[in-house]
Amino acid sequence: MKVPILKQGNILIATIQSALTDQDLISLKDNLSHQVIQHRSHGVVIDITELDVMDSFSTRTLRNIASILKLRGADTVIVGMQPDVAFAMVQLGLTLPNVKTARDLEEGLTLLK
Amino acid sequence: MKSFQVSVSIISDADIVTARQQARELAKTFGFSSSELAVIAAAISELARNIVSYAKKGTIFVKLIQEQGKKGVLIVAEDQGPGIPDLHLAMQDGYSTMNSLGLGLPGVKRLMDTFEIQSTVGQGTAVTAKKWVM
Repeated sequence: MKVPILKQGNILIATIQSALTDQDLISLKDNLSHQVIQHRSHGVVIDITELDVMDSFSTRTLRNIASILKLRGADTVIVGMQPDVAFAMVQLGLTLPNVKTARDLEEGLTLLK
Repeated sequence: MKSFQVSVSIISDADIVTARQQARELAKTFGFSSSELAVIAAAISELARNIVSYAKKGTIFVKLIQEQGKKGVLIVAEDQGPGIPDLHLAMQDGYSTMNSLGLGLPGVKRLMDTFEIQSTVGQGTAVTAKKWVM
């Protein structure tokens, strides 16, 4: 399922759905990388509220997205991680160092102001 | 008829999603908490991804089990891929031949209550793991 990307002012908002394949995540990386330049965005919020699992691939890809967007001049905030997802991630030994996180979309947008 | 097991062929990354969703639905019927379901889904995701990355094709088999009054789920990930030459090394945190973080197998072991792996070079790999309902 493709990840929709909305533009709000100079922020891009990508809302991830639960049934996310590896290919969807790779497309998201490519799309965001292009769109931050196209729309001159200085910030990106990735909303993962609907995501019901994070594994090593999705964690690594989200971290890569944040690094790539930083190099392209935009800050990334990951918002909405569910407690169960965070719990499983930590048990797997996965972390998101150097990536900003916030509880929900509103807080994420505030962080980017 | 109520189903007690699912078997998903893993050929592409889309099958990883199918496997973890079907396993989650199955485990839900057995009374696992939502955090346990997330753990099961994450473990299956890692195992299925190993199949896609290394073996190209294989199977994820999930079954509801009862042993000594305990309820749980049995997960078997099987492939006829190249096998793992050094299992000891593969079970170390940070090790990966495909530079994929290498947290897959040790991470799955941490997530599950029991974990066994058998691998023969040139024949394939089978991971058997169980998770009990708390």
